[in-house]
Amino acid sequence: MATHEPTSEPLPLSPSSGPHLLHGPEPAVAADAGHDNPPPRMGFFTDTSVCIGCKACEVACKEWNAIPEDGLDLTGMSYDNTAALGASTWRHVAFIEQPKPLGGQEAHLGEAPGAPSDLRWLMASDVCKHCTHAACLDVCPTGSLFRTEFGTVVVQEDICNGCGYCVPACPFGVIEQREGDGRAWKCTLCYDRLGAGQEPACAKACPTDSIQFGPLDELRERAAARVERLHGTGVPDARLYGEDPGDGIGGAGAFFLLLDEPEVYGLPPDPVVTTRDLPAMWRAAGVAALALLGGLAAVFAGAGRNGRTPRGRNGSAT
Amino acid sequence: MGVRTWIQDWPVYRQLTGNDPLGRGAAAESRRTAALRPRTDTADRVVGSICPYCAVGCGQLVYVKDERVVQIEGDPDSPVSRGRLCPKGSATLQMTTGDARAHQVLYRRPHGTEWEPLDLDTAMDMVADRVIATRRATWEWEVNGARVARTLGIASLGGAVLDNEENYLLKKLFTGLGIVQVENQARVCHSSTVAGLGTSFGRGGATTFMQDLQNADCVVIQGSNFAEAHPVGFQWVMEAKARGATIVHVDPRFTRTSALADLHVPIRAGSDIAFLGGLINHVLTEGKEFREYVVAYTNAATIVNDDFRDTEDLAGVFSGLDPEKGHYDPTSWQYRGAAIRSLAGSPDAARNEALDRIAVEHGAAGSESHGAGGQDVPPRTKRDETLRHPRCVFQLVKRHYARYTPELVEEVCGVPRETFAQVCDALTANSGPDRTSAFAYAVGWTQHTVGAQYIRAACVLQLLLGNIGRPGGGIQALRGHASIQGSSDIPTLFNLLPGYLPMPHAGAHGTLDAFVDAVRTRKGYWADMRAYMVSLLKAYYGDAATAENDYCFDHLPRLTGSHSTYDTVMAQLDGVCKGYFLLGENPAVGSANARLQRLGMAHLDWLVVRDFSLIESATWWRDGPEIETGEMVTEDIATEVFFFPAAAHTEKSGSFTNTNRWLQWHHAAVEPEGDARSELWFAHHLGRRVREKLAGSDDPADRLFLDLAWDHPVEGPLDEPIAAAVLAEINGRGPEGAPLSAYTQLRDDGSTSCGCWIYCGVFADGVNQAARRRPHTEQDWVAAEWAWAWPANRRVLYNRASAAPDGTPWSERKAYVWWDAAKRRWTGHDVPDFPPGLAPDHVPGRRAKGVAALRGDDAFIMQGDGKGWLYAPAGLVDGPMPTHYEPQDSPFPNALHPEHPRSPVRLMFPRAGNEYHPAGGARGSSVYPYVVTTYRLTEHFTAGGMSRWQPYLAELQPEFFCEVSPELAAERGLEHTGWATVITARNAIEARVLVTRRVPPLRAGGRTVHQIGLPFHWGPNGCTTGDAANELAAIVLDPNVHIQEVKALSADIRPGRRPRGPALRALVADYRRRAGSTERTGQEV
Repeated sequence: MATHEPTSEPLPLSPSSGPHLLHGPEPAVAADAGHDNPPPRMGFFTDTSVCIGCKACEVACKEWNAIPEDGLDLTGMSYDNTAALGASTWRHVAFIEQPKPLGGQEAHLGEAPGAPSDLRWLMASDVCKHCTHAACLDVCPTGSLFRTEFGTVVVQEDICNGCGYCVPACPFGVIEQREGDGRAWKCTLCYDRLGAGQEPACAKACPTDSIQFGPLDELRERAAARVERLHGTGVPDARLYGEDPGDGIGGAGAFFLLLDEPEVYGLPPDPVVTTRDLPAMWRAAGVAALALLGGLAAVFAGAGRNGRTPRGRNGSAT
Repeated sequence: MGVRTWIQDWPVYRQLTGNDPLGRGAAAESRRTAALRPRTDTADRVVGSICPYCAVGCGQLVYVKDERVVQIEGDPDSPVSRGRLCPKGSATLQMTTGDARAHQVLYRRPHGTEWEPLDLDTAMDMVADRVIATRRATWEWEVNGARVARTLGIASLGGAVLDNEENYLLKKLFTGLGIVQVENQARVCHSSTVAGLGTSFGRGGATTFMQDLQNADCVVIQGSNFAEAHPVGFQWVMEAKARGATIVHVDPRFTRTSALADLHVPIRAGSDIAFLGGLINHVLTEGKEFREYVVAYTNAATIVNDDFRDTEDLAGVFSGLDPEKGHYDPTSWQYRGAAIRSLAGSPDAARNEALDRIAVEHGAAGSESHGAGGQDVPPRTKRDETLRHPRCVFQLVKRHYARYTPELVEEVCGVPRETFAQVCDALTANSGPDRTSAFAYAVGWTQHTVGAQYIRAACVLQLLLGNIGRPGGGIQALRGHASIQGSSDIPTLFNLLPGYLPMPHAGAHGTLDAFVDAVRTRKGYWADMRAYMVSLLKAYYGDAATAENDYCFDHLPRLTGSHSTYDTVMAQLDGVCKGYFLLGENPAVGSANARLQRLGMAHLDWLVVRDFSLIESATWWRDGPEIETGEMVTEDIATEVFFFPAAAHTEKSGSFTNTNRWLQWHHAAVEPEGDARSELWFAHHLGRRVREKLAGSDDPADRLFLDLAWDHPVEGPLDEPIAAAVLAEINGRGPEGAPLSAYTQLRDDGSTSCGCWIYCGVFADGVNQAARRRPHTEQDWVAAEWAWAWPANRRVLYNRASAAPDGTPWSERKAYVWWDAAKRRWTGHDVPDFPPGLAPDHVPGRRAKGVAALRGDDAFIMQGDGKGWLYAPAGLVDGPMPTHYEPQDSPFPNALHPEHPRSPVRLMFPRAGNEYHPAGGARGSSVYPYVVTTYRLTEHFTAGGMSRWQPYLAELQPEFFCEVSPELAAERGLEHTGWATVITARNAIEARVLVTRRVPPLRAGGRTVHQIGLPFHWGPNGCTTGDAANELAAIVLDPNVHIQEVKALSADIRPGRRPRGPALRALVADYRRRAGSTERTGQEV
């Protein structure tokens, strides 16, 4: 178990003073959020190379969390009629039809000749990334969004007041306010089930184990081995997404094995926690505020010296 | 709460005093959050269950709190599903507890315009009255002087989504009433499986089980969209792939299965026999057959009658064709030396008898009886084990397929030679003593006019490669309803009695002895069929069945031809059939030529629909498509309609038989709400009421029914019949009333009873073996202690063949069942599918009969000669070897046999509303230039009754669509997500357009073939609505089993929505006029 001494840094936001709580590597995300002796950080590894696009994850999620139906619209985007993650869609399977050779997914055959096989159909189940540095949580003014002892990021529906700050904060466009309800909703990584030692509904249902749930460290090891294996069997495109603690969100709690560029799946190629620069911005704002105050003071001081007040000068204008 | 606690509970206090300086973690946690507990943890009880959708048979756990189901999810203990569920299985909670469920009996009076509520008791009473009245009015004792003791006035459809116990009671009740038109989804989905696998191997079920796919070195999926239609079963294909197996998918469309395969081979729909024939030819010309296996375990060495003539000799037909009657006399197909069994003594009489049998079987789907195995052939055949004799099966097969070259495959199937060679190599390189390949198929193969022969072709190939009865081998028939295997085994089918005993025919089966003599074999386990039959009659008629009265054999109604569900539609249109039960089946959407289905129903006096919601088959009289076109007017329709809400699987106990022959028990979790009841309840109480109303009647027809043993114990507040007691009746009892443990204990003297002999053993030792749920983690991969498989809990059938003739495993890697010489017994990982002490070198005496006549290498113990059949000398009515024929409605001529493009013995129903298209290449055929194929999507289920009403499923595939290639879209001006109208001679439908490269145009027959994909789930009712693809299909059937051809048919497509009102019929008529399609079109032999 990853135990971690709570930081005693006086200025935890400072970029120059050790572990940064808003960006960069953060090995003890739960402990730093005040959870004593937290369990290992838990997450998802979604291996899209074995996804069959069945959408069991979407339904299992909706059944468990009693999420409302989300519209009966044919999108024309292959078999994806869910379109995107949102307030009432916490798992979303993307379908991408590509004019690329089918082979390559652990092909045990030589290159398939001729045109017919020059097609592949990528499927990938997307979900909230449960970022190490989660901007939604950072900006939440009510404490509705919180970091759990499992290192996951969860909205507390009894706290959320529907301010919506979290919505633009998410670099993935995951969290959303539900129409008619106003509150923000997203994947909880089945926080209630985790508390009872059960796995999230989507991972449990997944027929081919494309969605794997477990301690993040283990998942990262498993994922690395899987990528290596795929590279060895002729799938050079295989790559991980969101597993790197050094990335712009400090690594995702839910990361992916992709078979193409992230953009192909509708994922941002280089996501950065939108609050990364918050301290700098605050510093800048502070400097600006100080400057403003200083300026005002100077004005007042100057005015005092002149023995005239602004009001006196413009007093009759209103 | 004290002030102190209140303060300490304040997040800001916690943030300032705790370890959460930013207040984003522990400090922010609300009291509600801290108290969260999952409802899986707080449930009062957890009930073991089985998924009610497809036939993979995934384990489910039903969580109950305060007598309400609060959650349903996968059971991690299940060896087949390992806790996983597909989207439909995951939506089971919404399906069973959602507000789409009806809970009130509804009644539509004749000519009525609205539903009226009706109380359950009155409704049951009314239905009982109608059954009695219609039965009386339509009863017939004789037809053409032969006893039939039946009514054709009443029919029933449905059973594949019901429990075995329910199917048993329904068949018993209807048979007891003299109703023969009893059918279910098995007819329209997998009847050809029974004939195809059964004639080849002896039993009509999948030869293996799902987990065993992980042991395959190559898996060929053809005629199946495995990943989409059986997602949780597909995990075992993925396991095989992870272990290095090659996965090949042969399919007209690039589907979610293709996406995970190593190779996708696009093929022209309707040409699979040419493809499989090409593989057979490759194996034989390259000498890739598993010679030792083929010689020992197949009929390759057997010499065939000199009179037999092949399609290669007769331009596309076999010897024995009567072109006038459109059927074959199969006498010439027999093995050499086979005497036609004589009932009357003289050779002429024998011959006539044989011909009568042919006619009867042809008309009555006789190919399914015995599970299609157990055809009586000489137990000891003339053989040439060098396989060189020109009349031996091996040489006949080789010659039959010699023209199925890669070039022909390319021309007929549109598969390039190079791609075909890849499949050949993958398959042959992965077959042999040390390697095995498996085939998986579904209704992409079964639903053709030559459906049984599609499956036969795979059987021939797998036998040649030595892949049957071995781990990682076999043929996986993927069935698609929770208990569609069970509704074949304990059939709600017109032509079968439980355990694949045939229904008796008028005339031919006058007495029990005549029946037994006509049906049994001389060798193997079918030789004991008299014991199975008498035990069944004892289960049906109890004490009334005595040796003196032939065990009430005369009570059984008799067949006089076909009474399949499609014949029933004709009987409805013709006014013969007047009452109709629909029990969990929706033919107004799910059966071919949906319009004719509805027109047939509009001719009924009364209709009973039992379902979860108001499906299309219940509401056609008020809002069906024909009301919209003006063909029907609600006020004019005299049909009385009763709607009964059905209980869900969570509300009743019972067993489903999955696609691998496992009987799995689901326990009732809660009582059904309102008027919802199980079919077990409905059958039992309907029978009880009819009995009470007939009590004391001296009408001899009523006496037949009153002799039925109908005293099932009931329990609970609803008087629900005890399902386990019905299963015990199915299992059978010995002379002392104790449960039997094996069918070998059955006797033909009336001392034993058994409701389905192949299920004997499911209640062994008085224990419900189907309810066994020992976790897969606590046993080996075969998981023999999970549930119970027929027969005798065997998981891989014909597993004697997993050992060499001398009884040793073919290889270390593929060891499964072998002969333990020290103990002189067969042993291994599974229950041996062989007499346990029969030594591998055993040669029976010449006078030996039945089981004692089996040789030590007769690996196919249900076959009359103990061998797997490369060549079927009997059992099929359309030929001993699969031959490529074009579909009924095909834009192509037959490149192999131009003179006989289509199966010469296919069953046609020419009449208004069921017109066929001109033959491929004939004048007018170009009016319907494209090939339509129909299919399922993962997100929906069959005719939609269990998915279109579920918002969680409906939103995933919210509209009916057609899939077309960019090339076809350009040719016809179709726009992505726009509308298209698809037209055949029967009807026209509209669909949203998906333009996709996944349905590629092919080059075949020297031209480009465009194919159109149509999922068949939609209808006008539910959360997501659309036209039904089955409006387009004609009723044209495989003569063996009467399955319809909906996987390949020609059509036209054009942009825009279809016309409304009378203009719709005008459009269809205009197309027919242009094509010259009339009621006489397309019937060339």
